[in-house]
Amino acid sequence: MEVTTAVNSPSTNPGDTPGALHKDPDVVIFGFWVFMMSDLIFFGVVFAIYITMIGATAGGPGPKELFDFGSLFAQTMLLLTSSLTVGIATVTMKHQRSQTSFLFWVVVTLVLGLGFLALELYDFSGMAAKGGVPQRSGYLSAFFGLVPLHGLHVTFGCLWMLVLIAQIWRVGMVDIIKLRFLRLALFWHFLDLIWIGIFSVVYFGGWVYG
Amino acid sequence: MNSVDHGWLGKLNWDSIVFSSFLHNPSVSEAVASAAGSIVIFATLATLGLMTWYRVWGTLWSEWLTSTDHKKIGIMYIVFALVMLARGLLEGMVMRAQQAAAPDGFLYADHFAQLFSTHGTIMVFFVAVPFLVGIINYVMPLQIGARDVAFPVLNQLSLAVTVSSGLLMMVSLVVGEFSTGGWSAYPPYTGADFSPGVGPDYWIWAIVFSGAGTTLTGINFTVTILKCRCPGMRPFRMPMFCWTALCSSILMIFALPPLSVAALMLGLDRYLDFHFFTNDLGGNMMNYANLFWLFGHPEVYLLVLPAYGVFSEVFSTFSAKRLYGYKSLVFATASIAVLSFTVWLHHFFTMGQSPTINIVFGIATMLIAVPTGVKVYDWMATMYRGRIRFTAPMIYAIGFLILFVIGGLTGVILANPTVDFQVHNTLFLVAHFHNVLIPGVLFGLLAGYNYWFPKAFGFRLNDKLGRLSAFLWIAGFMMTFFPLYGAGLLGMPRRSFSYMDLTFKPFMVVAFIGAMVILAALITIVVQLIVSVRNRNQNRVPVGDPWDGRSLEWSIPAPAPSYNFAQLPRVTERDAFTEAKEQGYAYQPPKVYRDIELPKNNPLGFILCVASGVLMFALVWYIWWLALVSALVILSAVIASSFRWESERVILASELQSDTERWLGLVKRSQAVDRDLENTPQNTGYAKLEH
Repeated sequence: MEVTTAVNSPSTNPGDTPGALHKDPDVVIFGFWVFMMSDLIFFGVVFAIYITMIGATAGGPGPKELFDFGSLFAQTMLLLTSSLTVGIATVTMKHQRSQTSFLFWVVVTLVLGLGFLALELYDFSGMAAKGGVPQRSGYLSAFFGLVPLHGLHVTFGCLWMLVLIAQIWRVGMVDIIKLRFLRLALFWHFLDLIWIGIFSVVYFGGWVYG
Repeated sequence: MNSVDHGWLGKLNWDSIVFSSFLHNPSVSEAVASAAGSIVIFATLATLGLMTWYRVWGTLWSEWLTSTDHKKIGIMYIVFALVMLARGLLEGMVMRAQQAAAPDGFLYADHFAQLFSTHGTIMVFFVAVPFLVGIINYVMPLQIGARDVAFPVLNQLSLAVTVSSGLLMMVSLVVGEFSTGGWSAYPPYTGADFSPGVGPDYWIWAIVFSGAGTTLTGINFTVTILKCRCPGMRPFRMPMFCWTALCSSILMIFALPPLSVAALMLGLDRYLDFHFFTNDLGGNMMNYANLFWLFGHPEVYLLVLPAYGVFSEVFSTFSAKRLYGYKSLVFATASIAVLSFTVWLHHFFTMGQSPTINIVFGIATMLIAVPTGVKVYDWMATMYRGRIRFTAPMIYAIGFLILFVIGGLTGVILANPTVDFQVHNTLFLVAHFHNVLIPGVLFGLLAGYNYWFPKAFGFRLNDKLGRLSAFLWIAGFMMTFFPLYGAGLLGMPRRSFSYMDLTFKPFMVVAFIGAMVILAALITIVVQLIVSVRNRNQNRVPVGDPWDGRSLEWSIPAPAPSYNFAQLPRVTERDAFTEAKEQGYAYQPPKVYRDIELPKNNPLGFILCVASGVLMFALVWYIWWLALVSALVILSAVIASSFRWESERVILASELQSDTERWLGLVKRSQAVDRDLENTPQNTGYAKLEH
């Protein structure tokens, strides 16, 4: 049986089966899309503020002095690969491969996400060492308003994965877990998309105009 | 940056408490502040004491605080909004008294500034929003024939953070001071340099948390309306109120994020010494103005659209006619929702952008008058040749129709940048937005309260007192705010705690008397509630259709059962219930009774309400360990709740059957009542079908 059909035909059993779906999965997934739309506005506004403050360095360090492009390339690769692995996990779930191989891909995604976060923090400390702290200028405030906001989302995604792994360990791959994972995967791809925005506007833009 | 090392209670000490300032400086201004603080403490203790006396804690916990039922959540929202309304209104009274007494007023300038800041913040975020969210919560799922909203637990969480933010506002009356920067909290004035106290921090956290709640509510309602309609409920068959609820919810999703961003950035400036909006080091306060009004302008349409929806229902029901121009009303609503995002810049015509930009935004602003005009004509045409009954909701609606047009006209005047240069920051502006918000939003919400009350509680409100209250609101509003147009045109600046030019004085005295009439209107609402509860046995409407209603919520018993509908309805027409009554298939038993699953009670909302309240308080007072603990409580509660697998309870088919049969028996035994007798004890909720 394919997962998609399992997800589309929720159990009508009113009993206490752990993880039985009582809700139309379509509604749940659609709700999550709407949530991401709202989150996108949130990011969009922060991006807009960043763009208006690009020149506001107040004599402090600008993009050219601060960014470490080697590390940024590595971060981008880690995050893009994690989007791939979360995709593989989704496909594994869809085709009902073993729970172990599904978990394997989730763990790989988690490790890549944590690696991204570690590199990002390393980058921030490098920037701070060069005087690039948010208190220095409007430009740096805008930078540290935008990029760590994405980082916080990634942190939240990692936490979500940990909780999900714990839940699978408790009750196995029941329908409700599958539905939760589908939303997590959507969220993770969304973060990838935001990162592409950050890379283009903040880093590439900074490299060109900084 | 506040780098001073505080103790384990952060900035908190004995002098933070309002009574301490009174002891140090026993002036009238401090006495007023202490009295307000005492009211909060006394009201809290009295409420807690009464609840213990009547032993309602168990019921409160199992029936209300943990409930995931959209109807109960809606009622809790409205109760909360009414409590906050009492505070906001009293603050308005005190301000009017101060200005009537000027130049020898009794308040300090700072105290007056706190009053207008809390008054604005409370009226917008803690009265209008929760009141309309409460009404939508109660009514909308019933109107579209749904069992509940799409995400019942999320609904509970939205209520939780809204209430905890409101409680934080209440705490600010007793501990510390509130912001003096107005409801819009413009930096750099609200930045750490100019406002080093805790006031703006109170504002920031109340706004961030209640804003998050409202965004989530918007998502919840949008998904509910788009995905959970009963069979046959096509978009153009939805009652008008659902359309306005949908547009308003979409505004919540799009308009609230800019506010959250603005408030959080202001928080970063204050707490961590960032430079988003500061004067120095590259900060740019115009970014704040843009963000705030990118939220703030859609917000006023977010508030007014659901009220339009209530008025549409009221006009149609109490004129006993189908709503005129339904589709044009839908398109007008949607146009207003879209246009609301194109006008934010009219809030700062005078802040130095080019005339071209001002013209563009001026024209965009005036355009909103077009769909609004369409609506006004549609409502008038709905009443035309109808059999109008002048009930309390109808009086609010007609008062709205006249007064709102005046408010709209002054809006068109203000939308002209050249005029705006003359009157900006005067009382003319204050008169304008009160003229739009009181008749437009508050009258609508109060009309809805009178209209749907019997559906929620099973008995009618006293209509005589309801009408009295409506007239007092209308008269009080006119007396209070029309003089402000005059004073504004004469050049009296807003937010002034005093003035030397005594030309303004007569205007202020009349406005103060008007404010007392509004206070009388509020008291009448309380009296109406008490009288109605006392006489509830004569006013019961168990059959559920006291006003000859037209939409699905009237087709079920009153109060509505927890499962809403024994069997989900199937809709073939607009005005589905009127159609059913005319075709003779209203009050039919379902063909089959099936078990119904409903979400179980959940303590998560209550835990989050307490924990987020503590978190906000800790953040305001720099009590970092407490902030960390409460944040961890929130996080663990959410994670723990995700491990609850059995989240549904079942209502058995047999139970449904006995409930429904008992109700249908009651319908058979009831006497159909004529519309003219709908406010007499003969009305048991079974309306006679008339044409």
